[in-house]
Amino acid sequence: MSSIAKKKGFGSTLWDYLTTVDHKKIAVMYLAAGGLFFVIGGIEAMLIRIQLAKPDNDFVSAGLFNEIITMHGTTMIFLAAMPILFGFMNAVMPLQIGARDVAFPFLNSLGFWLFLFGGIFLNLSWFMGGAPDAGWTSYASLSLASPGHGIDFYALGLQIAGAGTYIGGINFLVTIINMRAPGMTYMRMPLFTWTTFVASALILFAFPPLTVGIFFLILDRMFGANFFDHTMGGNTIIWEHLFWIFGHPEVYILILPAFGIFSEIFALFARKRLFGYSSMVFATVLIGFLGFMVWAHHMFTVGLGPTANAIFAVATMAIAVPTGMKIFNWLLTIWGGSIKVTTPMLYALAFIPSFVAGGVTGIMQAAAPLDYQLHDSYFIVAHFHYVIVGGVVLAILAAVHLYWPLMFNQMLSEKLGKWTFWFFFIGFHLTFFIQHFLGLMGMPRRVFTFGANQGWDLFNLISSIGAAFMAVGVVILVVNIIITVVKNVPVGNDPWEDGRTLEWAIPQPVPFYNFKQTPLVRGLDTFWIEKMEGNKEGMTYAEPLSDIHMPNGSIIPIVMTIGLFIGAFGALYNGEKDWAIPVLVLGLAITFGAMAVRSLKDDHGFHIHKEDLMNDEGGK
Amino acid sequence: MSHDAQVYVRSQTEFEYIKQKRKKDMRNQVTSFAIMIFLTLIAFTAVAAGFSVYLIVPVILLLAAVQVVLQLYYFMHMSEENHQVAAFFLYSAVMLAFTFVLTFLTIVWWG
Ligand code: HEM
Ligand SMILES: [Cu+2]
Repeated sequence: MSSIAKKKGFGSTLWDYLTTVDHKKIAVMYLAAGGLFFVIGGIEAMLIRIQLAKPDNDFVSAGLFNEIITMHGTTMIFLAAMPILFGFMNAVMPLQIGARDVAFPFLNSLGFWLFLFGGIFLNLSWFMGGAPDAGWTSYASLSLASPGHGIDFYALGLQIAGAGTYIGGINFLVTIINMRAPGMTYMRMPLFTWTTFVASALILFAFPPLTVGIFFLILDRMFGANFFDHTMGGNTIIWEHLFWIFGHPEVYILILPAFGIFSEIFALFARKRLFGYSSMVFATVLIGFLGFMVWAHHMFTVGLGPTANAIFAVATMAIAVPTGMKIFNWLLTIWGGSIKVTTPMLYALAFIPSFVAGGVTGIMQAAAPLDYQLHDSYFIVAHFHYVIVGGVVLAILAAVHLYWPLMFNQMLSEKLGKWTFWFFFIGFHLTFFIQHFLGLMGMPRRVFTFGANQGWDLFNLISSIGAAFMAVGVVILVVNIIITVVKNVPVGNDPWEDGRTLEWAIPQPVPFYNFKQTPLVRGLDTFWIEKMEGNKEGMTYAEPLSDIHMPNGSIIPIVMTIGLFIGAFGALYNGEKDWAIPVLVLGLAITFGAMAVRSLKDDHGFHIHKEDLMNDEGGK
Repeated sequence: MSHDAQVYVRSQTEFEYIKQKRKKDMRNQVTSFAIMIFLTLIAFTAVAAGFSVYLIVPVILLLAAVQVVLQLYYFMHMSEENHQVAAFFLYSAVMLAFTFVLTFLTIVWWG
């Protein structure tokens, strides 16, 4: 196998991506698939805002509206935000720690395909008798009563996609624990690697409760069990607990990597070392722990009793402390820095006030007595959009601009990038700021319309106009991407000129083995240290040039996934169609067959020889 | 890392050391295995002897906890070096599971 890049036809490129185990290509696929789902979720959001733009609207029916909001939330959280973040983790984290790939390249690919097919399965519900309609939280009393197959698509689709996320999380953990380059101690890891680590640990602990909850739901709906049916001795509250034991850590799984991205951006464009590095690490870990102790703040109004409510209220407010530490550290990083306001930096600067606003409303909701007023109103909708859009989505948009040159060796247009930013940022505040007041004025969330005499018309209209602004911002981004890809001007490494961490030191385009020689890490901000010492190559090496062992690509992950995908249709139609059980068995047989092949057939990978490496100037 | 072929020959002392260590490990494994069988026997006898449920349940839970620890340390190699990270994750999981079970008991099933 030669390492020299060749021009390839479409078929072989496709095959290459279907079988790849290279973290950089998997990153591109995560980004593309997540981006696609982001657009789909965005279209659903626009439909919601069109319906709510004026009172007594009949743009969509009440039933369809429920399907749209459910799919909007589910798609955005599980199929857009998380996978896009996974894309950046895959693209950047191994390079940051000086690794040639993740610990389990095969599983990396499996995780991606599971996510993609789970997402496709979920979205097929639109064409196969109606989408799920019980909200992204799918509370059991509602979801068990929901007719049709919508909820079944939700349960099975999330189970498949969730398995992919879980595998991805474990993979990142093992990679960070075992694959760091010599000298890369834990306390020298860049913040994005740290947040990837903690977010992956949260995935490790938070997804099993969701899996259990969804299995109960699957058994209740498709196989006649009664875990959540109180008339049969079940308990519907158990779903809420299981969901939120997962659900609250989930919001931190989203926001921690966003914190990581912004930490990188602040240090890079303030051209200063991150202020309070060790307290940043401490705060990240602490948030991770506390994130598990607060889930019942979503259930204050369930009637858990004053003691439970008080405990969970205090625990929730405690999270604001490490979060506040982070905010101050970022401010002090910018303080006195020599600031360059690039597009990613614009997002980072805008993130601070936006996220703080979301945090403040969070504390308000954490006060249990006040939450009796706020719960299930538009105030909640405003809160979580401030933290998720003002935090996670701003981070994703910033990272698209920041890491585009790293992933594709091209630079997105800064001019269009700034246009995107301003449209999106203004639109975001226009849409969601006013929803706080709608909530206080009594507008409940998840209503499909409202009356003209309720005094909510103007604010809802303003909110819808804001949404249109955000859409324009996203369209400009898409145009920007298309123009950049078509122009295809290579930019080389360290395109922002002030790169501090190892990923910017690698020659562009990044060779598929990442590092010809494993680097030696001599401190925090590895690349910066080398630059300051006038090292032209940007790296000190920890080993002589020698053969590199690489894994072979494999088609097995996608086969395993397709097995589960087929099997899911069997489970879905159980008890309704004759072919259901055979199809379920067939699907599982394909998956287990593929697993058997993988286990029984030895695959030792291949070596790139020293001689080839010496001639190789890079190339994908 | 480098994959150039390397041949490594153990010295006599190293060989002796490893041999002794293996012997010790083996002894520990067999002992803990015997203890676990014994604990299981106690559990079964407690049920068979028909003691009060309020005695049997806590005793069995306690024995189970001891067995888990023995399993982890002697069969899943937690006692060996370089298992700090694994231990950290395991104990975090135990702590979280404990919190979840405690809340379920107090506010779902008893409350
Ligand atoms: C200072 C930090 C935070 C506090 C104190 C806080 C507190 C709360 C509380 C008490 C609720 C429940 C309100 C109710 O339903 O009555 C809530 C809902 C929510 N929060 Fe936060 N939060 C914080 C940060 C975040 C972050 C960082 C995210 C996501 C990135 C987030 C996402 C959400 C979501 C999605 C919901 C609504 C879930 C639903 O019912 O659909 N929160 N928050
Ligand atoms: Cu929460």
